[in-house]
Amino acid sequence: MTVAHIIEWLIKGFIWALVLLGGFAYLTLYERKVLAWMQSRIGPNRAGPWGILQPIADAIKFVFKEELTPANADKLIFLLAPVITVVPAVVITAVVPFGPSFTIFGYPINLYIADINVGVLYIMSIASIAVYGVVLSGWSSNNKYAMMGGLRSTAQMISYEIALSLSFIAAILLAGSMRMLDIVNAQAGTWFGFIPKWFFFLQPVGTVIFLIATLAEVNRAPFDMPEAEQELTAGYHTEYSGMKFALLFMAEYTKMIAISAIGATLFFGGYGGPGVDRFPWLGPLYMLIKILILLFGMIWVRATFPRIRYDRLMAFGWKVLLPLALALVFITAAGLLLSQQFNHSFIIIIPVASLLVGIFAVAMVDRALRRKDYARR
Amino acid sequence: MRVVEPLVELGRGLWTTLKYFFEKKVTTQYPEQKKPVMPRFRGRHALKRYENGLEKCIGCALCAAACPADAIFVESSENTDEERYSPGERYASTYEINMLRCIFCGFCEDACPTEAIVLEDNYELSFTDRRAAIYTKDILIDRVPEGGKPTPQKTEPGLYTRSVPEMKDPQD
Repeated sequence: MTVAHIIEWLIKGFIWALVLLGGFAYLTLYERKVLAWMQSRIGPNRAGPWGILQPIADAIKFVFKEELTPANADKLIFLLAPVITVVPAVVITAVVPFGPSFTIFGYPINLYIADINVGVLYIMSIASIAVYGVVLSGWSSNNKYAMMGGLRSTAQMISYEIALSLSFIAAILLAGSMRMLDIVNAQAGTWFGFIPKWFFFLQPVGTVIFLIATLAEVNRAPFDMPEAEQELTAGYHTEYSGMKFALLFMAEYTKMIAISAIGATLFFGGYGGPGVDRFPWLGPLYMLIKILILLFGMIWVRATFPRIRYDRLMAFGWKVLLPLALALVFITAAGLLLSQQFNHSFIIIIPVASLLVGIFAVAMVDRALRRKDYARR
Repeated sequence: MRVVEPLVELGRGLWTTLKYFFEKKVTTQYPEQKKPVMPRFRGRHALKRYENGLEKCIGCALCAAACPADAIFVESSENTDEERYSPGERYASTYEINMLRCIFCGFCEDACPTEAIVLEDNYELSFTDRRAAIYTKDILIDRVPEGGKPTPQKTEPGLYTRSVPEMKDPQD
């Protein structure tokens, strides 16, 4: 390790943190615009053309707002909780590669901050830390609603994390590595010349499980139980105001970006795309487009589906997603084994069998929901 | 086993929101674009004038009597042929409406014997001061119409002799 390496890391980390924070600001605008359009409105358009200065106006408002600390709140934890929430959300994307390596003035630049051989494991562990911030902010607020919100959030995030990790395992098995770069490289190229070798096409149901579980993981609608306004006012950040609230808000949206980047890397080919080998700058562009599409999907789902009742949310996580994800891990492993042992075309077993299992799960959920006594429970 | 229907139902929800994403937006950009109000909309009051510029208000204070919120204050003075404001015997020398009290019921309109006070279409009535909420006659009175003269006018003696001017049957 040389001084140049350390400087490179510092610069990359600094730029990436700035990109994430700026991305968070503009994600709020993106979400407001898309939601507005889906509700036949225009959305923010007063601050600057198309409202592009709206995030700056929001930031100024947050900075100048009064910081309230409730009576009998645990002051230290109350102060620390937003920080504990926001830091994992920012550092989680450190292992996500954003483009191929290239050389500037004879010095090789890698478009990722860390390249560790257990990248996926790192993501899982950091994602779990985020729960602490949420539960501590709820607990230290000395407020029943915040407490309930924090507890719900913890239960929900821990439950869905299992399904999430199992859907990660599918991608790990298909790539044969936990290193993010290997996972991206395993998805390079096409089948028959036009279908990209994304794990989405090999494991579509796994991707859907990943997308559902991430919605619960980042507390987005329709799984935004911790912030269910009608039941819990604002959930764990009820008592937060000013910059502390802004930090919690930032964590939420940064997590959305992070989880979209991870999803794009694991299942949608990462920075891969046509022409990346020749023009390395296309890599970040493809990554950005994929992240934007996944974020659009999250906002779209929010605009469409109503919130799920809390016990049904937990039932769905434990009774449907977890067994389904386990079955998918088995199918993926079996398909890979068959294709390695006999014929490479046996890989088709994975998507076909997982789709069948997914259809079975949909039918079973539908049957359970249509049972006459279900509504009473 | 229902397999397709549940997915179709989810998809239909998503399709609905996506359809509206591309549809025409209904927002009116308010300060720049204003929607016309309905014909019988009751907005800010206006004191009307005749075509020759004389004020319709004869200072009878029936509007103040009719006002359920006690928002109107009228003080009347005598007209003379040298200084004539209205064709009647008297005119409103002070006419104030407290917009904090007004409930826009339109009773003043109904009570007015000369159709002098009309609730118009102006609904932009914000103010930042309690004193600014009291709209005086200067604010409420209409501009002098084309061809009319501003009040007070000097008129020929014997032209306006009625205490309440003659009225046509009310329209609308």
